[in-house]
Amino acid sequence: MSTAVLYDQPGPRTRRRILVGSILAGVAFAVLVVLVLLRLAAGGQLTEEKWGPVLNPANPSFVALWTNLGLALLHNVEAAGLAMALSLLLGTLLALARITLPRWGRWSVAAPMEFLRGLPVVITIFFAARVMPALGVNLPLLWYLVIGLTAYNSVIIAEIVRAGLASLPRGQSEAAAAVGLTRGQALLSILLPQAFRAMLPALISQLVVIFKDTSLGFVIQYVEVVRFAAIAIQELRNPLQLYLTIGAIFVLINYLLSRMAVWVERRLSHRGQRTPAHPAAAPLPGQPAVAGTSTAAGG
Amino acid sequence: MDIILDNIGLYRDGLLMTLRICLYAAIGSMALGTAIAMFRVSPIPPLRGMGTAWVTVFRNCPLTVVLFFCAFGLPELGINGSYLWFGITGLVLYTSAFVCEAVRSGINAVPTGQAEAARAVGLSFTQSLRDVVLPQAVRSVVPPLGSVIIAMIKNSAIVGAFGVGGELFSVQARLTSAQGLDLIPVLLGVAAGYLIITIPAGLALGMIERRVAVAR
Repeated sequence: MSTAVLYDQPGPRTRRRILVGSILAGVAFAVLVVLVLLRLAAGGQLTEEKWGPVLNPANPSFVALWTNLGLALLHNVEAAGLAMALSLLLGTLLALARITLPRWGRWSVAAPMEFLRGLPVVITIFFAARVMPALGVNLPLLWYLVIGLTAYNSVIIAEIVRAGLASLPRGQSEAAAAVGLTRGQALLSILLPQAFRAMLPALISQLVVIFKDTSLGFVIQYVEVVRFAAIAIQELRNPLQLYLTIGAIFVLINYLLSRMAVWVERRLSHRGQRTPAHPAAAPLPGQPAVAGTSTAAGG
Repeated sequence: MDIILDNIGLYRDGLLMTLRICLYAAIGSMALGTAIAMFRVSPIPPLRGMGTAWVTVFRNCPLTVVLFFCAFGLPELGINGSYLWFGITGLVLYTSAFVCEAVRSGINAVPTGQAEAARAVGLSFTQSLRDVVLPQAVRSVVPPLGSVIIAMIKNSAIVGAFGVGGELFSVQARLTSAQGLDLIPVLLGVAAGYLIITIPAGLALGMIERRVAVAR
């Protein structure tokens, strides 16, 4: 769409050239796929023995594999859901703390946040799982994963919330003050609800990140899908097939989530346009109408 | 604190190994990601489709799964190598999807008029992309690309958790299980190692961002 600006509407000769290019690219891709398949077949990777447990319902391992895979996936979903809910809560509190505290207090919140943001999530998860038991706090493995994920993601979500609040027009807080609301009332009942609406797409994208990161549970032996696959492989001896299947499951779920984020974003931007639309709906004489040319969406 | 100071050499080697992995992975993923971004903006539909599919797959698949797949899948395709190289390959494949999106958003941020002017003076698709659009896109690509690379540095810890020895995260296993040292200080040392890389990188990125930013 917006990239079509790089070239003109193709004429007959260019169309022919594009056709030739398409055929060449298609053939090259097909050759690559065939080569890979031949290699896999030569290595005995396309046999019923390898794929049966995943694809063939008549295979003796099929039902057990998918039941356990489903249970393991539920563990991922559980961890992701809890981590998302907690990060949202904690992230909002952190963002509010950074906005409302006096200067010194602001720094005491901001400094730890910067540290957490610079750490790999594997480390926060590993830290939670090893350090908390050493300090005498024993929890189910799920909670170490959730705590590790929350420690990192609440900081990211705090940034999203802060950006959401900053994106609101000043008039909103001024109007709230004018009708006599306190700062806290204004934040809770006027600013935050609007900010959350604007942030919804970013929050859904972060949910995708959290869901992907639940697969790091394998580091602490939490039986999520990757760890489950490692166990199942010892029995079934088909690592390639199982990891492909798991990859496909992740891609499917996260793809649907991302589509949802795009859909929500589109809906919100449509609705958002209606309210402050007076100048934009009828372009001022000197200004070009910017309806069709969507070159935005930078950084 | 003593534990960290006593083993400072091991930490330093781990840090250097992490930096080496990241250097190779950064070069690889930037090359691959830019190539795929070119695919995604090209006028040839199958190339566009392949680019989109690539990004969809690698952006939505956890790095863990990509790494396991590299370690078990590539040998089946006759590609053999050490865990280190599988780890770097996995990191490159995964990061390339994010690099691609950063580059593409940069291309989209170049004002329409630039590309139109390039076409008006008769430049071809390749010429207008290479001589007009990309040089300007670089400016708006730097900030998101920097964030992608910093995320990649943090992701390299997963490569260590996955079994590539000698890298910063794996220093922890070596010190605690092999030498039986106290876990908390050892882990704090590892965490400090990552912060030594990521915090200055973030500050440097902020500075570069301010320098290349142009008012449009």
